[in-house]
Amino acid sequence: MLAFKLAYKNLVGAGLRTWLNVFVLSLSLVLLVMAWGILEGWNIQAKKDMKEWEVGGGEYWHDRYDPYDPLSLNDAHGLLPTEIEKLRTNGNAVPVLITQATVYPEGRMKNILLKGIDPSQQIIRMPTSLMKEDSSTINAIIGIRMANATKLSENDIVTIRWRDANGTFDAKEIRIAGIFHSNVATIDNNQIWLPLDRLQQMTSMKGQATYIILKRDIIYAPTIPGWIHKGYDVLFADFDTIIKTKHIASSTVYLILLSLALLAVFDTQVLSIFRREKEIGTDIALGMTRWQVVWLFTVEGAMHAVLAVIAGAIWGTPLLYLLAKYGLAMPKGTEGYGFTLAEKIYPVYGAGTIIIMSVIVMAATAIVSYIPSRKIAKMKPTEALRGKVQ
Amino acid sequence: MDNSEIIRVQDLTKRFPMGLSEFTALRGINLTFSRGEFSGVVGPSGSGKTTLLNIIGLLDNPTDGDAIILGNPSKSLSVKEAAMIRRKHMGFIFQTYNLLPVYTVFENVEFPLLLLSMSTGERKKAVLEALAWVGLSDKEKSKPAQLSGGECQRVAIARAMVKHPDIVLADEPTANLDADNSHHILQTMQKLNRELHTTFIFATHDEKVISYLRRKITLVDGKVSHDEVLES
Repeated sequence: MLAFKLAYKNLVGAGLRTWLNVFVLSLSLVLLVMAWGILEGWNIQAKKDMKEWEVGGGEYWHDRYDPYDPLSLNDAHGLLPTEIEKLRTNGNAVPVLITQATVYPEGRMKNILLKGIDPSQQIIRMPTSLMKEDSSTINAIIGIRMANATKLSENDIVTIRWRDANGTFDAKEIRIAGIFHSNVATIDNNQIWLPLDRLQQMTSMKGQATYIILKRDIIYAPTIPGWIHKGYDVLFADFDTIIKTKHIASSTVYLILLSLALLAVFDTQVLSIFRREKEIGTDIALGMTRWQVVWLFTVEGAMHAVLAVIAGAIWGTPLLYLLAKYGLAMPKGTEGYGFTLAEKIYPVYGAGTIIIMSVIVMAATAIVSYIPSRKIAKMKPTEALRGKVQ
Repeated sequence: MDNSEIIRVQDLTKRFPMGLSEFTALRGINLTFSRGEFSGVVGPSGSGKTTLLNIIGLLDNPTDGDAIILGNPSKSLSVKEAAMIRRKHMGFIFQTYNLLPVYTVFENVEFPLLLLSMSTGERKKAVLEALAWVGLSDKEKSKPAQLSGGECQRVAIARAMVKHPDIVLADEPTANLDADNSHHILQTMQKLNRELHTTFIFATHDEKVISYLRRKITLVDGKVSHDEVLES
């Protein structure tokens, strides 16, 4: 307790030098918390969007379906199993059929995926009701990324060409009935959504699907022969990898900043020990042991971090709160990145994250304070009293 | 009045390494000090005064011989035990005051009591009493930088005396002071010696200090050349 009391007095007495170190440390701490908060906010927001727009409450994949293997896609479809058919009838599941195709916007050519989905589905947020049939026109919807890539607008008519189940090429004109805006790029890039019945008819795959989206909050994952249940752990795996990579990258940057702040504390400690030799000698003469003085200087250095946490709480809390409330706007063009990213990210700060970051900063500061302070243990008090550099 | 022996120095020799050879600062010193003495070790620079004081103050170890402080042979003491003796029984006054610059006068004087884990109330009472002894009651909130040299040394005396130590070791306490301030602080120390019966040992070559001593030990080249009782 004495060391804390004396260390506090020494620190406050050191004035500007202390406050500069405290500010830099608190800056590192707040930026670390902010960076983690942004990534956490992104993570939560993106997964919410993905559940709402893409994966619902999980999926069943045809056992030959591999989204990363275009060569196997033609074979990755099958009739809906009875269990799923029941769920579909009750509005708890929606099948999706995928086939490869080519679109010809303004005479250009682009390889795409045609995806068929029930226009009356309510399981994902996609505005599929726009695709409802009105006679002979095939109404399709596309995402904003696809619209930008193909320069297609609402009500445009465009030709598509595909192969049916027998391998026969066919072509038709479709009408872009709507363009949806979603943060989820994986339902948008290079994709055209059509009514499921129409696509099944076009491809001669009546009653078949590539995968089935389950309704959210439905707990239903029985083993169905020929179909594999995919939970969030699989469906979010790619996104989790992105977040993990981002965590590492952003943490590295902020840890470099923290290292610079720690270097400042280290320098201060080295300078303190060099400049305060007489004081160290006096402390020992007055009855402190050398290790008590080492402890005092270590506590003094580590207390920079305690003050930094307090300072960070004072100036950082309003900043982090405002950021969480109003969000952080993402720069233009991020929708083309290919992963789920909202126009604005609302950081989410967990108490655990803040505590862990604070503990990391305090522990690291204590270590860099202790290292130069060990020198005191080797000092001769008689030399220290004279202020002789050893 | 208890005039028992408080310090015994036996065949004390101190050598320091100096390049490849050694420098002998003290050569077979034998001395005893009694409780309540007001004595000084005098001699020219390099005669070994400060070295002797450092060994008596348990800040340094003898090469040969021993210093028995309050019945404790210095050679048998661990670093921690030596620190505890300094903490409880010794006060130090330095030529350059060695006040802690970021502390106020009150806090500087309070420091040794913090090490003794005294309660806040006891500390406050003792500090105010010590400041009253040295006539600095009105400066308790000042920082050392705001004080004159004489005032700083009086704070140092208050710091040394606040815990009522058995021994006060003063190394050239007047070297940085003018004549008036020197007499003032010497009178203060003399008064405290008489009132509190504290043993004062000075290391000095200042005639003003010598004029206040009741015992003068002269060191020349690390040996005691004279040990005389003075009239005061």
